[in-house]
Amino acid sequence: MSTAEGQQHPISVYLWIWGLLFVLSAFSYMVDYFQFQGLSRWSLILLFMFLKAGLIVSIFMHMAWERMALVCAILVPPGCLMVLIGLMFVEGDYTFFTRDTYFILK
Amino acid sequence: MASTTTANPEDIPSDGLESLIADWSSDQRAFKKVPWGKAMMWIFLLSDTFIFTCFLTSYMTVRTTTTVPWPNPSEVFALTIAGNHVPLLLIAIMTFILISSSGTMAMAVKFGYEKNRKVCAYLLIVTALFGASFVGMQAFEWTKLIVDEGVRPWGNPMGAAQFGASFFMITGFHGFHVSIGVIFLIITATKVWRGSIELGRPGFMTGRAGSYDMVETMGLYWHFVDLVWVFIFAFFYLW
Repeated sequence: MSTAEGQQHPISVYLWIWGLLFVLSAFSYMVDYFQFQGLSRWSLILLFMFLKAGLIVSIFMHMAWERMALVCAILVPPGCLMVLIGLMFVEGDYTFFTRDTYFILK
Repeated sequence: MASTTTANPEDIPSDGLESLIADWSSDQRAFKKVPWGKAMMWIFLLSDTFIFTCFLTSYMTVRTTTTVPWPNPSEVFALTIAGNHVPLLLIAIMTFILISSSGTMAMAVKFGYEKNRKVCAYLLIVTALFGASFVGMQAFEWTKLIVDEGVRPWGNPMGAAQFGASFFMITGFHGFHVSIGVIFLIITATKVWRGSIELGRPGFMTGRAGSYDMVETMGLYWHFVDLVWVFIFAFFYLW
């Protein structure tokens, strides 16, 4: 579908995704409104977040119809950000531990 | 002249792993049939992804390392409407506005490729208005936090001092992106409206002939702004 004529898809696709994004946003707002806590809170937040991000990137930004070469060039590099997040999470945990253990003034 | 073996465009595999290998091993350009403006916008957005992830990662780091309780965003961003205390109301409205602007933007791209000049321009203007109202609400939110609640980048009355620095940095950078996007939406809408793109005239700040690919490239930037907000909403406001 990605030709010189550009990305052309029926309008119903966009309206459907728009509606879905509304519903998913309402769900993530409900997570806070009804004060879910603990495991159910962050797992639901992450679930709705990834669903919304996936719909925006794949449909609104047309990633689902792009050439494999472009999809890989854009979606693979952020993988190293996962490493950064993992490292900083471990490091942050350690910093908190040392502060909690050795700081006199908390 | 030496004979050159130029691949027939019909021979290039159009999807799957074969197209990946064909594209990367080809000469002259890697992303066959992709307008270069779109490829460059994607690469810019990739770099922007790294910037925003660095912001959100540093926010995660200060939040996990502080021994002082983090201010509860649900309370900090609550609004009292007619005596009712509603948590995160303004943020929810801002989220819906940004999603709506993404919807109108996606349709503007579609009507652009259909050469429906007027509808495309109208939708771009509606998108810009949504964006401008988003920035307006953000200004209101910042004012409320700074003036009424005394939040500063170096401290606040509610808890961990890093709250203000993270908040102003992340939402400020995002709001800046929205503002720039609104400006470029107005420029794009003007070009579409007066037919510069349809007639292929050289446009604003460029000598290259206008084409409706430009609307799609504009759309990529705008959807990205919405995408970043999805992550900010989840990690900063809901977490």
